[in-house]
Amino acid sequence: MPMAQVPNWIPAAPELFIAVMIMALLMFGVFQKHQSAADEVRTAGYVSNLSVTVLALGILITIAFSGDRVEIFNNLFVTDPFAVFTKVLVLIGAGVTIIMAQSFLVRHKMARFEYPILILFAVLGMMMMISANNLMALYLGLELQSLSLYVIASFQRDDARSTEAGLKYFVLGALASGMLLYGMSLIYGFTGSTDFVQIAQSLSKDAADGPGLGIIFGIVFILAGLAFKVSAVPFHMWTPDVYEGAPTPVTAFFAIAPKIAALALFMRVMIGPFGGLVAEWQQIVVFISMASMLLGAFAALSQTNIKRLMAYSSIGHVGYALIGIAAGTEAGIQGVLIYLSIYLVMNLGTFACILCMRRGDQMVELISDLAGLGKTHKMLALAFTIFMFSMAGIPPLAGFIGKLYIFMAAINAELYALAIVGVLASVVSSVYYLRIVKIMYFDDVTDSLDRPVEKSIGWILTLSGLFVVVLTLIPGPIMDSAKIAAASLFAG
Amino acid sequence: MLEIGLGHYLTVAAILFTLGIFGIFLNRKNVIIILMSIELMLLAVNINFVAFSAELNDLVGQVFAVFILTVAAAEAAIGLAILVIYFRNRGTIAVEDINMMKG
Repeated sequence: MPMAQVPNWIPAAPELFIAVMIMALLMFGVFQKHQSAADEVRTAGYVSNLSVTVLALGILITIAFSGDRVEIFNNLFVTDPFAVFTKVLVLIGAGVTIIMAQSFLVRHKMARFEYPILILFAVLGMMMMISANNLMALYLGLELQSLSLYVIASFQRDDARSTEAGLKYFVLGALASGMLLYGMSLIYGFTGSTDFVQIAQSLSKDAADGPGLGIIFGIVFILAGLAFKVSAVPFHMWTPDVYEGAPTPVTAFFAIAPKIAALALFMRVMIGPFGGLVAEWQQIVVFISMASMLLGAFAALSQTNIKRLMAYSSIGHVGYALIGIAAGTEAGIQGVLIYLSIYLVMNLGTFACILCMRRGDQMVELISDLAGLGKTHKMLALAFTIFMFSMAGIPPLAGFIGKLYIFMAAINAELYALAIVGVLASVVSSVYYLRIVKIMYFDDVTDSLDRPVEKSIGWILTLSGLFVVVLTLIPGPIMDSAKIAAASLFAG
Repeated sequence: MLEIGLGHYLTVAAILFTLGIFGIFLNRKNVIIILMSIELMLLAVNINFVAFSAELNDLVGQVFAVFILTVAAAEAAIGLAILVIYFRNRGTIAVEDINMMKG
């Protein structure tokens, strides 16, 4: 009789691969000789390119080992098509934001090899929390992600705004983790387990006389913690400050990968262990969804800083995604997944445009700095216009399809009020998206932005622009895989 | 004799947790106090977990508590590191001075 058996680790291969590669890259970076600043920049470049390769291989491994739902490591870890779909989105987002950051980091004298490694650590945490099947695994994945993000936010360590962003993010993020944990402790105490499947069974057993007060409190605290992580109203107050203060490529990363991962976690927790209690949490999610959409639309109207504007825009987008979760149906989850894929590409494109906003090698962040872009940078202005139209949800661009699926799901689930508020908020938010287009094409040039646009950013703009335009013609692949992914979430 | 049961532990934990939250929001002096409040919240959660673990006769709660302690230590280290670089830039850690960006 052997003492122990090697557990089945194959389903966790992408996480294991990335974890091992992080260690290898860390060793590589540390043991390089750094005699001058140029050496450091060179090492940072190597590690950055290698990290992108690791993420690309991670996508391949994730897809290669995808299959039906498997639970491993004493049911702490689960993979299913839902996890594969969201993990691929996160990996793409992280890889492209590392590429976008490269020249920015060199220009601002912060090209250190730790930056891509911290991003890889955050991605590892996100993948773990997407695959969590237990409150403990969820917490550890979430903290691995959050702790890396706090450091990345304050990465420009000689800049007062970046460090302030890091400090604010840290304090509010830790508060959110505390609330999430308090909710978890109540759920553990009143269901007797931390395993998602067992929690669901225990909750369905006493479904006849309704869940107790302890369970309700637990769900509310967990919802509050998760709402913090996805930056939904009323727990959004950190978002504008952190997005404005953090260095621009970091803001791009924050707006994309952690949001997608946290929304995936939101879906897994609400549909998995608490799937039987839809009636209890639906009204809360409906409320935070409405509040996020309205705040995202109205608060953004008066913004002058483009990064702050993107923060409010992302709060609004989270509100739309939450509509699909509030519906609590398979179609709703499919809608959220489609929305997230489109959100990923639109934001990559928009932030690539924002990274081009510099004058004399200094970043400029005001919306008015875009004046006359249509005359000085024709292609950049065209790309920016496409992304803004898509964000506003104007057909036939991709953003329209995302919103369409979400609103359809809400109407089929008879959440009419939510759908109406969503459409109205969408109209209001198109005001500030279109204002950017107006400033680019109809305002006079004051002082031209730097030329030319870097090659890598140009490629990102071209590819994401094409995706946004072409998706309406060939929506098939994304729709189908989102459908399979959504179905697998309900099968578990 | 008064018997100390699960309810007492949960009450103490709830009070400590509330004190932690109020410590973060009402404190107008010093960021270090915020770090202490965060620690207080996490420890309140640990009391909850250990009490439930004893009540349910299940070890998972205590394992969870040990994980929380470990992560709390890492969190405190990162928080203090961010605080140090913040202090280098601004020369102050008073809460009311953290206002370069409105919000």
